[in-house]
Amino acid sequence: MAAVTTSTERSLNKLAIVGVLIVTMIFLAPIYWIASTAFKPRNLATTIPPTVVFQPEISPFVKLFTKRSQLRTAPTPEQYAAAPWWERLVFDGGEKVVRSGRGEVQWSGYPNRFMNSLIVAITSTVLAVGMGTFTAYGFSRFKIKGEQDLLFFILSTRMLPPVVVAIPMFLMYRVVGLNDTHWGLIILYTAFNLSFSVWLMKGFMDEIPKEYEEAALVDGYTRMEAFFKIVLPEAATGIAATAVFCFITAWNEYAFALIMTNRRAQTAPPFIPSQVGSGLPDWTVIAAGTFLFLLPVAIFTFLLRNHLLRGMSFGAIRK
Amino acid sequence: MTQIELRGVQKYFGAVQVIKDLNLKIDDNEFIVLLGQSGCGKTTTLRAIAGLETIDGGDVLIDGKPVQHLKAADRDIAMVFQSFSLYPHMSVYENIAFPLRATRKSKAEIDSEVRSVAKTLQISDLLARKPSALSGGDMQRVAIGRALVRRPKAMLMDEPIGALDAKLREEMRAEIKRLHIKQGSTTIYVTHDQIEAMSLADRIVIMHEGVLQQVGSPDEVYSRPANLFVAQFVGSPVMNVADVAVAEKASSASVTVGGAATGFEFPRALLSKLNGHASDKLALGIRPEGVIVRREAAEGFLPVEAQIVEPLGSFDIVDLKIGSKMLRARTRSGFVSGPGVKVFARIDPAQAHFFDTASGKSLGVRL
Repeated sequence: MAAVTTSTERSLNKLAIVGVLIVTMIFLAPIYWIASTAFKPRNLATTIPPTVVFQPEISPFVKLFTKRSQLRTAPTPEQYAAAPWWERLVFDGGEKVVRSGRGEVQWSGYPNRFMNSLIVAITSTVLAVGMGTFTAYGFSRFKIKGEQDLLFFILSTRMLPPVVVAIPMFLMYRVVGLNDTHWGLIILYTAFNLSFSVWLMKGFMDEIPKEYEEAALVDGYTRMEAFFKIVLPEAATGIAATAVFCFITAWNEYAFALIMTNRRAQTAPPFIPSQVGSGLPDWTVIAAGTFLFLLPVAIFTFLLRNHLLRGMSFGAIRK
Repeated sequence: MTQIELRGVQKYFGAVQVIKDLNLKIDDNEFIVLLGQSGCGKTTTLRAIAGLETIDGGDVLIDGKPVQHLKAADRDIAMVFQSFSLYPHMSVYENIAFPLRATRKSKAEIDSEVRSVAKTLQISDLLARKPSALSGGDMQRVAIGRALVRRPKAMLMDEPIGALDAKLREEMRAEIKRLHIKQGSTTIYVTHDQIEAMSLADRIVIMHEGVLQQVGSPDEVYSRPANLFVAQFVGSPVMNVADVAVAEKASSASVTVGGAATGFEFPRALLSKLNGHASDKLALGIRPEGVIVRREAAEGFLPVEAQIVEPLGSFDIVDLKIGSKMLRARTRSGFVSGPGVKVFARIDPAQAHFFDTASGKSLGVRL
């Protein structure tokens, strides 16, 4: 590109920057809405027009993690004074924290659901990416009878929206006792992601010159060693990109989680909206739950951003 | 001491036979070059020796033991690839150390061997770098270092300098030769570049369509080609080949090229050496330096007309029209001033080759 830029080019550049800013703001607006609601006092959450300037508070998060009940009568000054700072926030909202007979604070269902989401999403991602990587390597490197048909078969599992099979799956799961279990969801999500993972990883594997492994084979290594020492490090970018996509799918999955789980293995997505219905909806608590729910994916994607950027443009750049 | 032998090796890719009954014996410390056009089976042969390709028939023997059932890792052979195949995620040091890590060597041993190889190849100051930060020549040195470090039984090289630019190729050619003389390991080198083959090889193996055409020293394949393919493949510019008619004259033999009015004069001994070979199946091969050109008429010289003059610096290549045929001659630069000039030409009988056009085989006639 020419080093000299004309004034037209400069103003075009500025215009482009303005355009990008506008688009970014449009995309970020819902996230800002959720994030700001998560820190709003309850009475400001539903004002019309929306409140933009407010004193942020963390009471929605305290409420999110604790079990609460409506206060019939206001707490006595002694009760109020004896309560820790976070409990006062709940009192201020006209509620009280539920305690056991021995005075232990009762947790809400949210931390468990959040943990379930982490367990299910991480395990199914590891399984789908792991199996996908091995399968893709096999398809990429060996002559397999009916390779095209097998690959098409793997792809065909994605041709129906998964929820179409929800009812039969539910019945099957009930028979084998996988309903409301972590493994039940892990198996489901792994199955959804596997075809995607195989196809994506095959693309990445095909890009890795097979001379690298051949060099390792001649250098005295077995094929397995060559796979782990040479192919895997080279495929890191592809693995990272695939893992992010699989994780997002498993993390966000709603329909099956709603149908297949209710308590023990329930994940956060069906749980968060279920809170709307209990008593008067407290939108700040729902926003706090949603905001926390956004974080793992954001952090995971941020950590892998370099791989991801390379992964997206893989093959487009001549190495 | 490493000898490699191929006995009746066959290889198919689907229905296509890429190696046809290949027999070859490679001696210890020998530098063998497999030469041929792309797709002639030379790389497949190399990969079959390395164990990267299975064979469909025959035996590959290393030091007398059949190895065709052994994995590449168990054959103790090193290979340099055309693409260098340096592991991109490892430093130069790690790349060279990689083959040693497959053995049970101690860290200190590995370190000293890597450094000694790096010193030999003059890449000691590059050890910390990643392959992506190296020039083509240095990448090639590292690839050779990785192959040398294990002191393998044999070195296989698949067009190792094919990806470099012309000047660097020449430098690296000399370096490979120097290394071979110093290390003296049995080396099999694949190339399609005959200059590389001629300058490096102890013996050249010429292959065409999966069939071995000739094995011999560079001089042998150049001056005594076994058949028309070798004759025209080796040497630049290529050998002139023309169908000829041989006739008996009073004290000599006359060889007519391209239906010209008069033939070139050859010693009478040619007739007996051809031993009545059917004249309509006879081709003459003569390298451009075997066509002698004069400006003035002289006995035995036929009048010809220059058609094209290619100045190549130290010499010119002149296309001479004789009958319906073109003969290319090598002359001093500027000897023929330009196209259209009439000159006189003769064929040096000592440099002439005669081939059977049906089989393509050389008749082995030496005058």
